[in-house]
Amino acid sequence: MTTTTPVEEDGVTRRDFLYVAAGGLSAVGAAAAIWPFIAQMNPSADVLALSTSEVDLDGIEIGSEITAVWQGKPVFVRHRTEGEIKKAEDVVIANLPDPQSDEERVIKPQWLVMVGVCTHLGCIPLKEQGDYSGWFCPCHGSHYDTSGRIRKGPAPKNLVIPPYEFLDDNNIRIG
Amino acid sequence: MSFEPKNSAVKWVEERLPIMGMLHHALYEYPTPKNLSYWWTFGSLAGVMLVVQIVSGIVLAMHYTPHVDLAFESVEHIMRDVNYGWLLRYMHANGASMFFIVVYLHMFRGLYYGSYKAPRELLWWLGLIIFVLMMATAFMGYVLPWGQMSFWGATVITNLFSAIPIVGESIVSWLWGGFSVDNPTLNRFFSLHYLLPFVIVGIVILHIWALHTSGSNNPTGVEIKDKQDSIPFHPYYTVKDLFGLAIFLIIFSAFLFYAPNYMGHPDNYIPANPLVTPAHIVPEWYFLPFYAILRAVPDKLGGVLLMFGAIAVLFALPWLDKSRIRSARFRPIFKQLFWVFGAVCVGLTYMGGQSADGNIAEIHGMVPVMIDGIAQMKDGVPLMEEGVTFAVTNVLVARILTVYYFLHLLVLLPVIGLFEKPRPLPASISEDVLSKTSPVKEADNA
Ligand code: HEM
Ligand code: FES
Repeated sequence: MTTTTPVEEDGVTRRDFLYVAAGGLSAVGAAAAIWPFIAQMNPSADVLALSTSEVDLDGIEIGSEITAVWQGKPVFVRHRTEGEIKKAEDVVIANLPDPQSDEERVIKPQWLVMVGVCTHLGCIPLKEQGDYSGWFCPCHGSHYDTSGRIRKGPAPKNLVIPPYEFLDDNNIRIG
Repeated sequence: MSFEPKNSAVKWVEERLPIMGMLHHALYEYPTPKNLSYWWTFGSLAGVMLVVQIVSGIVLAMHYTPHVDLAFESVEHIMRDVNYGWLLRYMHANGASMFFIVVYLHMFRGLYYGSYKAPRELLWWLGLIIFVLMMATAFMGYVLPWGQMSFWGATVITNLFSAIPIVGESIVSWLWGGFSVDNPTLNRFFSLHYLLPFVIVGIVILHIWALHTSGSNNPTGVEIKDKQDSIPFHPYYTVKDLFGLAIFLIIFSAFLFYAPNYMGHPDNYIPANPLVTPAHIVPEWYFLPFYAILRAVPDKLGGVLLMFGAIAVLFALPWLDKSRIRSARFRPIFKQLFWVFGAVCVGLTYMGGQSADGNIAEIHGMVPVMIDGIAQMKDGVPLMEEGVTFAVTNVLVARILTVYYFLHLLVLLPVIGLFEKPRPLPASISEDVLSKTSPVKEADNA
């Protein structure tokens, strides 16, 4: 029997090691080369820079709302009525699909600020509609209550509350 | 009849690249079953439609602008100002629909005659890959005119990926290149819409290669046994396919010239508005069965999984169908279930176009007044109002059809394959063809 390469006791040769090492390193190299081609599709710097919007609350009457735009998405800014606030607060939270109290969803109860994008597949829900008199998404039938919480339909989550702060009594900054 | 070029120029080329020999082989030597019906024409029609889409698409791209501010206008410019622009665009838009009609018929042909069974499993898989790529291509193409349906279709479909746990949201923003469907999305969709048809061409070549390796199936499902059973492709099937093409082009032209917007949605002539969702969004008709399955499930992730699952199970078909007999002609039970399955697919297509919260049938009468799910009382008796007492909801119908779709593929196919007693197979294609002319054998073939 002639062996040209030294064989270790478990039958692994130096050549086997070199194959694995070279193969492994090439895989790492290939992955590193592919990454820029994948990452280029993520939001670019200028898109990321558009990250805040300011909204003037003056002139939004009780019981009405406006739609602001933040990061290309609609944001509902609603001046809620006493009735709507009471209805939102009276709900038994434990029974909700995505349990959250109304308090956790507002800074000031009369102002409900939320991203107007259905958490199902992204349509824009219609105000003052549906079984809970909040919002109704016509695309696949999701019903949200007066706090924007999902109550019925395929959407899994409550309407998202964006990060925002009150600059003064009449102005907010979203983002 | 092997290929021996007489012409010296052809000979010169042939010695260096045997391309003529390959074509000659495919046309004259490739044995084709002599009993192929018109159901075998849809493959070549699909090939023709792929060429039509690529040619019309490339010239549309000479006038189209992939930018959110200009896309809609550039399509209107094509329609009004570009010479024959209306023709090219209608050809491309209706061409996509015709392409799907042809491919769906081609697929159902395969289901009926068991063309997915050994040794044609890879051929079937390559076909399914073409189907998936076509859906991706058509989806991205539909986004390009940047109308309301373009925008909201893109939003809903890309959001499907947000159902994936943990990484879903990151995948969606990666697909968009932003926080919503916007200019980066339109740009990349144009780039990919241009690319994918050429990837399809590549897969089609593999599909035909696999076809020529195992040979065409035929209405009996019995393989070619000797020379008696086959005829050369040219001129027999070139002529048959050309006749099929002529009929098909008449139908295509009828849509193109007399009802060019019949298969489209009027809302796509409204420019995209990211702040208003149309009241009733529907995808193009060829996506409706899958859309119906998506909406039939009350859970977001579940709906998405079942929708993709409806396509994924087709890949397992060669192993789900336990019967060794290919053609439904010799499978009495399968044959009936095939038509039920076909009807269910048509039903799903119909339901996918109906509104999500409507009823397909309802009975009216007096019902209690409900507010937030609580019956309203007055003086100890429930308040009543005119309303719907009993309804068959769209969702219910879609659910039943969805269950049947999977039941057929996952349960009925394996089970009947084991228990069904097939009718006797003909000894060969020739025997079957000849038996048709003899009145004695006619009866047991009916
Ligand atoms: C598999 C083949 C293809 C399919 C199924 C397909 C499908 C579609 C669809 C459904 C549309 C929307 C039509 C409308 O409603 O206006 C479209 C638009 C478009 N496609 Fe394609 N396409 C294919 C190949 C191509 C190719 C190869 C190109 C070459 C660049 C192309 C370029 C375009 C352009 C520029 C538009 C926008 C103009 C318009 O909307 O009419 N397509 N495509
Ligand atoms: S997108 Fe709102 S219910 Fe589907």
